[in-house]
Amino acid sequence: MKLIILENYSQASEWAAKYIRNRIVQFGPGPGRFFTLGLPTGLPRDHPESYHSFMWNNFFKHIDISPENVHILDGNAPDLQAECDAFEEKIKAAGGIELFVGGIGPDGHIAFNEPGSSLVSRTRVKTLAMDTILANARFFDGDLSKVPTMALTVGVGTVMDAREVMILITGAHKAFALYKAIEDGLNHMWTVSAFQQHPNTVFVCDEDATLELKVKTVKYFKGLMLVHNKLVEPLYSMKEMGAQRSQSKKPYSD
Amino acid sequence: MPSNKSVSDAPIVQFTNCRILRDHRLQREDLWVREGKILNPEKLFFDEKGSADVQLDCKDSIIAPGFIDVQINGGFGVDFSLATDDFKSGIDLVSQKILSHGVTSFCPTLVTSPPSVYHQILPQIRVRNGGAHGAGILGAHLEGPFISKEKKGAHPEHCLRTFEAGAFQDLLATYGSLDCVRIVTLAPEMRRSSEVIRELTKRGICVSLGHSVANLSQAEEAVQHGATFITHLFNAMLPFHHRDPGIVGLLTSDKIPAGRRVFYGMISDGIHTNPAALRIAHRAHPKGLVLVTDAIAGMGLAPGRHTLGQQVVEIDGLNTYIAGTKTLSGSVATMDTCVRHFQEATGCSVETALEVASLHPAQLLGIEHKKGTLNYDSDADFLMLNDSLYVQATYIAGEEVWRQDVSGM
Repeated sequence: MKLIILENYSQASEWAAKYIRNRIVQFGPGPGRFFTLGLPTGLPRDHPESYHSFMWNNFFKHIDISPENVHILDGNAPDLQAECDAFEEKIKAAGGIELFVGGIGPDGHIAFNEPGSSLVSRTRVKTLAMDTILANARFFDGDLSKVPTMALTVGVGTVMDAREVMILITGAHKAFALYKAIEDGLNHMWTVSAFQQHPNTVFVCDEDATLELKVKTVKYFKGLMLVHNKLVEPLYSMKEMGAQRSQSKKPYSD
Repeated sequence: MPSNKSVSDAPIVQFTNCRILRDHRLQREDLWVREGKILNPEKLFFDEKGSADVQLDCKDSIIAPGFIDVQINGGFGVDFSLATDDFKSGIDLVSQKILSHGVTSFCPTLVTSPPSVYHQILPQIRVRNGGAHGAGILGAHLEGPFISKEKKGAHPEHCLRTFEAGAFQDLLATYGSLDCVRIVTLAPEMRRSSEVIRELTKRGICVSLGHSVANLSQAEEAVQHGATFITHLFNAMLPFHHRDPGIVGLLTSDKIPAGRRVFYGMISDGIHTNPAALRIAHRAHPKGLVLVTDAIAGMGLAPGRHTLGQQVVEIDGLNTYIAGTKTLSGSVATMDTCVRHFQEATGCSVETALEVASLHPAQLLGIEHKKGTLNYDSDADFLMLNDSLYVQATYIAGEEVWRQDVSGM
């Protein structure tokens, strides 16, 4: 794993954005599909807290993505399990996920794979833990009864199939989860720990998120920043690279 | 990007690099238009998997809903109260010229006139949508003749009437037809006004109080019967008095029926109302303020003599008086000038200054679901303005109908 520690939320965001930009350029102008992962059920499409609204307002409306390339699990589908299975098929048809970008919950969950989720699970309907419901209450005016209790989510296994995984973790309230994810063992109670068995993981975090880590761990990875920062240096644009796929030269491998 | 829309094949235009007035705030958002209406881009993206056909860079302009003028007596030499042979071309001329002032909808106003004038002119006024030919006509505003003698202002005394004999029937006989009438200004202290107000309100016509010596209770009673507007506040009514605020007192009256709002027109040309008075009214009841121009035939022309119905008026700079007197008679202000002056005088936000000329008149006429806002599915009547609130371009139903000449001012 690469652990990238930046000073604060904005710097962590910027580093992650540049990394993703570079990865897109390296991937080349291919089919370039985009999959989004976790959607609470029961919310109408245009509810301001639906994932559709969230993704539209925070991402899609600012970029020139073609709507056909956006795949969001539909929490209002008549047959939820069929919807999940179809999602897995679409991923396969697109050639698998090249880069998975996600965050973690304070309880160490990835997507909505709550503590106790199987580490080899696939896309499915999941009941949300009370912790998650509490964490999301702020989007529903603090009214717990309004927060959806179920969600459609990609499974841990689904994410593990991705060729590369990037996890963004910022804030002191995530510090314990980060500790459990990288310094403790593989454990289905902290599903993010599954990525210890993934060949290509990047954790991007801010100082506050490292509060529960050993000083030794933090110093070790901070010492690697000179090398890691090469990963976000500007590459040639897709236009300049033309039809030729460039060989992605990583300065070192995991 | 290929457009793949399932609902309609009509072209979609995306206005980018702009700040739009929505939810009472200027927001950095793109404006999407299709088939003359404001489009919801999120629905387009997810439901139709569609995208824009044309993207226009607005160079950081402000985009606001088009202005709505509910009191305009004419302009550019045209007098809406004068029954001429080419009345139709006159109204067309004005509706076309006011596009450059940012007005996308208006109510042609007729001042007190003899019945023959109404019978001749009203059938020629048709409610119609705006477009490249000019601003949309929402219906006529009939200011008089059922007004008070003491507060006639510039209206001719010999044409004033009452309806104490036949109430509503008298009114109908005077005007001839109410088909395309949107607003009627009358003095509520007149006998049998309550019946008239109720009847007009029942027909969906907005009743406005003005040119009146009513006290506050008479005004409140009129509101209870259905009146919702005050014609040019402060002008042609009793001045505010602390023991009987008169019509002005409606701004803070506690006798307004629940769920209703009283709106009031203000001519913010710097002449009809002292800026301090403008501020008092605005602060007392900010949500009811509606900017009107009360413009007359001389608006847009050189100073000199022009007509206003049965009267002759003299224009001297921004002042317009009945010839030979100091009685104000309408104005030569344009709507965008009024908006700028209002903003300057009250120090209000840009959003407020734009809303008193667009959202509030739409609310007054009960049409805010399609005019006066940039909400999804509203009519795409909007303006591009610079930061000093000068209109750069006017759009009606999504089409550009006027653009500021780059070489001009």
